[in-house]
Amino acid sequence: MMRRRASWPALAILICASTIAAQGLDPARLLGPPTDAWPTYNGDYTGRRYSPLDQIHGGNVGSLTLAWAFRQNTRGPAPGAGTIKATPLYVDGVLYYAAPDHAWAVDARTGREIWHFAWETSGGIHIGNRGVGMLGDTVYFETPDCFLVALDARTGDLRWTQRIADVRQEYFCTPPPMVIGDNLITGVGGDSLDVPGYLQSRDLETGELRWNFNTTPRGDEPGAETWPNAESMEHGGGMTWLPGTYDPELNLYYFGTGNPNPVYAGHSREGDNLYTCTIIAINPDTGEMAWYFQVSPHDTHDWDNVETPVLIDGVFEGEERRMLAQAARNGYFVLLDRVTGEHLLTTPFIETLNWSSGVDALGRPRPNPDKEPQPDGTLVSPAEPGATNWYAPSFNPDTGLFYVHATESWAIDYVTDTGDNPQGFAGMAQQLYARHLLQAVDYRTGTIAWSHRYSGSGGTRSGLLSTAGGLLFAGDPTRNLIAFEPATGDILWHVPLHAPVSNGPITYEMDGRQYLVAGAGDMLYAFTLPD
Amino acid sequence: MNPRTVTLAALLTLALDASLEAARSQLISRPVPTEDLVERGRAAFTVSCGFCHGIDARGGEGGPDLVRSEMMLNDEGGDLLGPFLQVGRPDLGMPPFQLSDSEVADLAGFVRAQSQAVINRRLYVIQNVVTGDADRGRAYFNGEGGCGGCHDPAGDLAGVASRFDPPGLLNRFLYPGRGRGGARPLSREATVTPAGGAPVSGTLEYLDDFNVAIRDANGNYRSFSRDAAAVDVDDPYAAHVDLLGRYTDDDIHDLITYLVTLE
Repeated sequence: MMRRRASWPALAILICASTIAAQGLDPARLLGPPTDAWPTYNGDYTGRRYSPLDQIHGGNVGSLTLAWAFRQNTRGPAPGAGTIKATPLYVDGVLYYAAPDHAWAVDARTGREIWHFAWETSGGIHIGNRGVGMLGDTVYFETPDCFLVALDARTGDLRWTQRIADVRQEYFCTPPPMVIGDNLITGVGGDSLDVPGYLQSRDLETGELRWNFNTTPRGDEPGAETWPNAESMEHGGGMTWLPGTYDPELNLYYFGTGNPNPVYAGHSREGDNLYTCTIIAINPDTGEMAWYFQVSPHDTHDWDNVETPVLIDGVFEGEERRMLAQAARNGYFVLLDRVTGEHLLTTPFIETLNWSSGVDALGRPRPNPDKEPQPDGTLVSPAEPGATNWYAPSFNPDTGLFYVHATESWAIDYVTDTGDNPQGFAGMAQQLYARHLLQAVDYRTGTIAWSHRYSGSGGTRSGLLSTAGGLLFAGDPTRNLIAFEPATGDILWHVPLHAPVSNGPITYEMDGRQYLVAGAGDMLYAFTLPD
Repeated sequence: MNPRTVTLAALLTLALDASLEAARSQLISRPVPTEDLVERGRAAFTVSCGFCHGIDARGGEGGPDLVRSEMMLNDEGGDLLGPFLQVGRPDLGMPPFQLSDSEVADLAGFVRAQSQAVINRRLYVIQNVVTGDADRGRAYFNGEGGCGGCHDPAGDLAGVASRFDPPGLLNRFLYPGRGRGGARPLSREATVTPAGGAPVSGTLEYLDDFNVAIRDANGNYRSFSRDAAAVDVDDPYAAHVDLLGRYTDDDIHDLITYLVTLE
């Protein structure tokens, strides 16, 4: 009877709602821990990459077996598109991910391609794409030429596009858009021509701009006193190329900003160069800054500070606190109170670090001016790729340990443009020796609880994943996907793949089974326990 | 120092540098103006524009930077610059310029080349690394550095300065293991001792936490699980790595200044 009396609009709403429930991503699922969905880049808003799933555990991980493998076909000439750096999203039986100019939906039961969307590029640096964002039945991703693209999650059909930056000015775009409430948060990248960084909120339905936050000041805005003049701020960099984390109760979004520009030449931008290389807390509905903490004042080594600010709830010096931790590219582990931004701890997580002369009264690493790049070269540790980089860390509340892939390395850093008005990178770093580590950091003290030094050479590009099954998954610098015991660092399981793990592994429950999915080169691999 | 040698060596060095993933991954989607066009543009720019915008187009007396100008970066062959020049910016003191299409294209090409020289890091040139003291470098070589324990200026290092340009040689002695500066890295020798078996030695082909592979003296490829074999790798660069943590910047410049005397 009710049904017969329902008006057409009401019926339409019912039909829409049931469609969303069946195939789309309900906003409420963004707030939960990642179990039967991996709905955001880090699995949930905390950035911990910790799953409460425990079907796969230390006692049975040795019997993990291949469920399927998927090889992507980019069918295009775009260089760099072949490596999967994206963390896939998992929603209702489907994995969604992107590479530069491409996006896919893959059947999570079989590894079969459901759809493939290819973008006709107008240029841009094709260094990587970190993945997609999703809400309802819309999938969002950014392209190297800085378009925000919205796709129908069911078919891969194009819904709309919005240009979010000018590729002609050497911006390029890699991060997954983040859905927070009514906001689609987008970021930008680009170091080649001293463009200024910004973070934006876009409308979920249309992509129209809701607010814009410049990461360097304009005019006499706060922070302007840390630059010599207006031109240096307007060309000061501070990119926003990795997604941040979010505390729904505080309604604060936390993200890190990239290095200042010109990159290696600091002599035309004397000062701390706010808000580059800074952790920023922002109200996602208004774009207003609540607090900031600068992790690399006046950086001259290309050490973007965009690494994930991981949310930790726990005890610090006997007191329950809501905190935020970051292992920064400059080699320091930083712990802050995420309510106020109060500094709690700053400690190095590599042993070779030589660019800093210690920590200042505010808890910020203090750069040693003698280790700034010079025309005849300066020996610097870590090297330009940093003590860590974009690959995701993990925090395991069961062990209280923060895990990060780290590198102890050296480079010779040069200024090549010594004029009064240097531009672009204005220098270079020549890489020397590097060794690769998995570091387990005690968040309460910053001490290294255990450290695993990989035997293999090559870079580490893998993100990390912790689970309640007492497992820590990581890819090594060669081709192995490894399960570590998270309290001790003992190796419990490994499998060699065809290429090094190149993204952050994820886990989810489907049909009552726990799956582990990792990207390596141009392939996704799914593992589960045998029947 | 021969600038051409340095430029070529710097290019080679950069081309081999795996860390410049961004540079390699750059999609070259814009036409690069020809050298002739750029030189015509440079001459015209110097006469007509350089006074205000600087001869390098980075801004000067009253005129803004054009290298990072949004309009110039979006210009194609003068399509935006031409209409702009016909009007100028009288309010800011810039008069109109009546130029032919080809003259406008030359100017636009010159500015594009200036932008590309900033954007393209492969074009960057290291200025001079030979800034230390050769006598102090020799003393470090024979003393604190312990270099003389493995190397002989009259032996393996004789003529080394003629085999590498100075920035390449600096890289090379700081860490020879990355195959930079015009030479491949040395191979590493390893000895594998299987449980209960005789040791096998050869050139290391592969090593991770689980497996090791060597090429033995007969050319046979042999791999072993590390669960059941001890591995001893002879790292010829261990002393170089140790020094990385001990050098001062003066030390490395003294050393390179000494080493470039070994012609």
